[in-house]
Amino acid sequence: MLKIVNTEWKLFLREPSMVVFAVLFPAILLSVLGAIPALRTPDPNFDNQRFIDAYMSSLVVVTLAFLGLNKLPTTVATYREKGVLRRFSTTPVHPARLLVAQVLVNVIAGVLSVVLLMVVGRVVFDIDLPHHPLGFVVTFLLGMLSLSAIGLLVAAWAPNARAAGGWATVVFMLVMFFGGVYLPRFLLPDFLNTIGEYLPPGVEALQDSWLGAAPDPVHLGVLALVTVAAGTVAAKSFRWE
Amino acid sequence: MAIIEVEDLVKTYDRKVAVDGVSFTVDEGEIFGILGPNGAGKTTTVECVEGLRSPDGGTIRVDGLDPRRDRAELRTRLGAQLQQSDLPDRIRVGEALDLYASFYRDPADWRELLARLGLADRAKTEYRKLSGGQKQRVSIALALIGKPKVAVLDELTTGLDPQARRDTWELVEQVRDTGVTVVLVTHFMEEAERLCDRIALIDAGKLVAVDSPAGLVSRVDGEQRVKFRPATPLDVTLLADLPEVTRVERHGPQLIVTGTGNLLHAVTSVLARNQIVAADLRIEQAGLDDAFIRLTGRKLSE
Ligand SMILES: Nc1ncnc2c1ncn2[C@@H]1O[C@H](COP(=O)(O)OP(=O)(O)OP(=O)(O)O)[C@@H](O)[C@H]1O
Ligand SMILES: [Mg+2]
Repeated sequence: MLKIVNTEWKLFLREPSMVVFAVLFPAILLSVLGAIPALRTPDPNFDNQRFIDAYMSSLVVVTLAFLGLNKLPTTVATYREKGVLRRFSTTPVHPARLLVAQVLVNVIAGVLSVVLLMVVGRVVFDIDLPHHPLGFVVTFLLGMLSLSAIGLLVAAWAPNARAAGGWATVVFMLVMFFGGVYLPRFLLPDFLNTIGEYLPPGVEALQDSWLGAAPDPVHLGVLALVTVAAGTVAAKSFRWE
Repeated sequence: MAIIEVEDLVKTYDRKVAVDGVSFTVDEGEIFGILGPNGAGKTTTVECVEGLRSPDGGTIRVDGLDPRRDRAELRTRLGAQLQQSDLPDRIRVGEALDLYASFYRDPADWRELLARLGLADRAKTEYRKLSGGQKQRVSIALALIGKPKVAVLDELTTGLDPQARRDTWELVEQVRDTGVTVVLVTHFMEEAERLCDRIALIDAGKLVAVDSPAGLVSRVDGEQRVKFRPATPLDVTLLADLPEVTRVERHGPQLIVTGTGNLLHAVTSVLARNQIVAADLRIEQAGLDDAFIRLTGRKLSE
């Protein structure tokens, strides 16, 4: 298993666009936004916080969405289309291990990305580290798993790699929108924000654990539920060829 | 001794019957060919043997195992090269072999295997940068990495140029010489004739015949054809009346005489007696092609 993860990790590092978007992009975006003075001035309309403080959780959403809803479904669907999964089935190792390895690689890449984001935020812009570290880690992992489960569901249902890419992009855009990536969440109408609170990968829970106290268990519960439900359906309906 | 036994295999996709009551056995240590036109059901047959598909009827035994029930154990004894299967674009040849070797309890030494397959200098090359022939050789290497007793190779030379094809044939013979039983799926006559100890002819899901290449050819009764252009007009009945001759055809200036026995001698005697000079005289032995036409009523190669 370790060898499969190791190999998949090397393959990931050989795709420059993947590395840039999944690992470096959030930190780069933070640097660009942070370079704008207005965005790093405390805003009285917004609890006296700076825009960049409040935007950190949305930057985490970028990483999670990219890994779970772009990289995962396209890689898996491509592996199926090219017969990589089938070749695995001729060996003593079940091809499901390859999918698990993909998710593990994503967890590693996601952790790297978030650590980089925190370091840049702390050192350059004096942004606090998450106030509730345990809550943050749990939310991050659940957010990752829930989006991965949805990504695998897309890969399971899409007839081919192209379709998987297309469908996944639609979900990706929705998640990014509700995660406040395109428009900061305080500009979104309340009812949209309420929806966003419950949608994977749990932007509200990320926000809570970063800026305030523990994440709301209900939010985490929903993420766990989505993970189990989407994961089960994906596993049941997955085609290996 | 039989290492693979297939009996009354039936496989249906939706409503299309792909394999319809096929039976054959493969002996230990032989190269067994499965030959037939496109869509005959060759791939479906071997995928049932590999345990990748469950048959709708019939029984299969591979080294005493049921491919579906004893999947796990079968995987350690049977190596498969699939008709359509790639590796990730950016994986290096050495990495792929190292990875697949780790799946087996007692794998072959992958560096040695690469050297044997003439890929020693490609270990650091990414899969996408390999030529078609090299990709096929990597595929064979992966099928052999677990030291299987049986290797199933599906269309391994399709899409290769003639030189690469011949190199690959040599490789298959080497594999057999190390004691591995080889099942070779192909729709190339020449390949089957050159490599296989025995061949199963499959057409439209049905088994037409199982025999050695020579045995299949002998089923067309040692039929031969003599072709020539007579320099002066010739009374065709002189030839048609010969006991050796079964058929005389005229194609423009060319005569094609089909028959058995010492056909050439009989024909040239008649020509000599009548002082007729024959230009472009050629004789053709019946081959697997003819056997296939005789057995199925149609041509194998399109
Ligand atoms: N997964 C599938 N679903 C539905 N029909 C299939 C499937 N695979 C094969 N078939 C059909 O079953 C028949 C036999 O196919 P098969 O692939 O076994 O033939 P083949 O002899 O290997 O042909 P080729 O020389 O083209 O590889 C064909 O008519 C094909 O269209
Ligand atoms: Mg085939």
